[in-house]
Amino acid sequence: MNPILILEQLLNGLQFGLMLFLLAAGLTLVFGIMDMINLAHGSLYMVGAYLIASIAQATGSFWLGLGFGIVGTAVFGMLLEMTVLRRLYQRDHVSQVLGTFAILLMCNEGVRMIWGSQPLALNPPVTLAGPVELMSGFYYPAYRLFIIGVGLLVAGLLYVLIAHTRVGMQVRAGAANREMAMAMGTNVQRLFTAVFGVGAALCAVAGGMLGPLLAVQVGMGESILILAFVVIVIGGIGSIRGALLGALLVGIVDTAGRTLIPPSLGYLVGAEAASNAGPAVASILIYVLMAAVLFFKPRGLFPTHG
Amino acid sequence: MNRRTPRSSYLRTLVATAAAVTALCAAAQTSEPVKVGLLSTLSGPGAGLGVDIRDGFQLAIKLSGGKLGGRAAEVVIADDQASPDVGRQTADRLIKRDKVDFLTGIVFSNVMLAVGPPTFQSKTFYISANAGPSQYAGEQCNPYFFSASWQNDNLHEAVGKTVMDKGFKNVALIAPNYPAGKDALTGFKRYYKGAVASETYTQLNQLDYGAEISQLRATKPDAVYIFLPGGMGINFIKQFVGSGLSKDMTLFGPGFSADEDVIKAVGEPMLGMFNSSQWAHDLDNAANKTFVAAFEKEYGRTPTLYAAQGYDAARLIDAAVRDSKGKLEDKAAVRKALEAAKFESVRGAFKFNTNHFPIQDYYLRVVTKNAQGKVTNRTLGTVFKNQPDAYVGSCKMPS
Repeated sequence: MNPILILEQLLNGLQFGLMLFLLAAGLTLVFGIMDMINLAHGSLYMVGAYLIASIAQATGSFWLGLGFGIVGTAVFGMLLEMTVLRRLYQRDHVSQVLGTFAILLMCNEGVRMIWGSQPLALNPPVTLAGPVELMSGFYYPAYRLFIIGVGLLVAGLLYVLIAHTRVGMQVRAGAANREMAMAMGTNVQRLFTAVFGVGAALCAVAGGMLGPLLAVQVGMGESILILAFVVIVIGGIGSIRGALLGALLVGIVDTAGRTLIPPSLGYLVGAEAASNAGPAVASILIYVLMAAVLFFKPRGLFPTHG
Repeated sequence: MNRRTPRSSYLRTLVATAAAVTALCAAAQTSEPVKVGLLSTLSGPGAGLGVDIRDGFQLAIKLSGGKLGGRAAEVVIADDQASPDVGRQTADRLIKRDKVDFLTGIVFSNVMLAVGPPTFQSKTFYISANAGPSQYAGEQCNPYFFSASWQNDNLHEAVGKTVMDKGFKNVALIAPNYPAGKDALTGFKRYYKGAVASETYTQLNQLDYGAEISQLRATKPDAVYIFLPGGMGINFIKQFVGSGLSKDMTLFGPGFSADEDVIKAVGEPMLGMFNSSQWAHDLDNAANKTFVAAFEKEYGRTPTLYAAQGYDAARLIDAAVRDSKGKLEDKAAVRKALEAAKFESVRGAFKFNTNHFPIQDYYLRVVTKNAQGKVTNRTLGTVFKNQPDAYVGSCKMPS
């Protein structure tokens, strides 16, 4: 196997993993701190991508679209929290699943009503559209590198925010023991709204980054939400560090599986059968990984709850 | 005597009334609209294709004054979501509840193969404005299936021949894993006899081609052939150009991977890409000029081959309703009228083979800038003249 192929796959895996992390970070905080299953998390990703794409189209600038789209999605997320989700915190998980699933369906239909069912085109900024020569003979798309950079930057910022600020301390306290944090005087209501806003903004960042690479379309949040749940289960619910590690693991395993399995199966059973079985086997890999982690560490890699 | 008069007059009234009612019924029957079910992909990455078929179809009806073959037309539009399950259910609804006379519009062959059996069973004519699976051209050919587009292999055969003629020796092939994807690569390889660097089947509607592109980088073919319609092609070409591979290998595709929908989204990086089609917006015939001008005026964009196929499907139905004198219950007459295909196709000469698939010309096009500086397709020449499909021999069409 060619070393450049492996390096390129690692970079692709890193890029996908970091985007998963942006989604999983918000999800794990909401799940960990508020003990709330939020199926509408993927909808925030979709709404973010749509806002960014349409603002970018209207203004002609990807960067303006990204900036306003992220702010808009954060506001949308906080409004959602203050009007609807807040009422679900005290309910059991079944009510939360049903309630947030309803929001997911409404978001899908709402987006369909506003933007139509055809995908929106979101182009990367011209400066990032070409390739970059990483080493002699190895070109890598500048945009994917940019995504990796943004992912690492956001991960770093989140680390500083969670580990070195007062708000971060409250968040960690809330994730570890919510009642005790409340008893110690944390303004839980405001904290929850803020966490939700940050989660929504992270979703929008992921949507804006992946939009030019994939497609901005109705239902884009569902498939990636499932992966985000796998990530937070692997990483340990409520843990940002776990989300990062889990996301990178899932990203790399998924990408490696998709490139390595179909060709190696192809030698055994032929291209057509391999293309049927390959992706299936590759997607099973992630769940095998999850099962293995849960077998050895039932609370995930970095459990937070005491 | 006196007793009989009222009775006979009563009888006469009855007969007259009956006659009047019959006449009324007959009148109602001819003034009833021709119903067409347009089942197409109107959401997801393939939506652009379905929308163009729909718009082309509707334009043809609008230009003939809202009529098909002289009778009022009613088009019931439905979305198959590119899913065979949804397609089949929706087709059932169109046939049984809406009682459509014709069905058309399906984009993807996997949906077509699911919708076919119930449609043929109900003796509803299906006029394909896109999907032309090899199954329906060969052994499973059916009196109720007519392709107003092509057989799936055809466009790929034309590129296969072009790639061969241009002297490429080592070509990588990429197509989605569904019936038309397999037809595509079979068609390409029927005329391309060089080495195949790799043959990759991707998931239908896959959007991230990072893995495939890195494999291309590793295998180093001299040309890449992609059958990736709609959003798939848009994403692949963008990512292919972004990865810098476009400098090392030449990209070829059928018209589906390089028509106006893809060009609009990708733009300049596509300049110089060769592709094949049975139709082009610059074909020089009267029907095509009317169509292209009317389409641009109505929708403000350049039509794609899908729009041309939708338009021709409507023109074909129009001819069939007209030539069967509007008696749509007479299936044999409708079939005969469809087989005769007496309409001016926007692609020029058009006739049906015995398997109800077209015998037509295929052109080579290239993406260039036109005089106004707009990136668009230009027709270079004819690859095949009066080309049939490869499966007609195994079709035993029931009479």
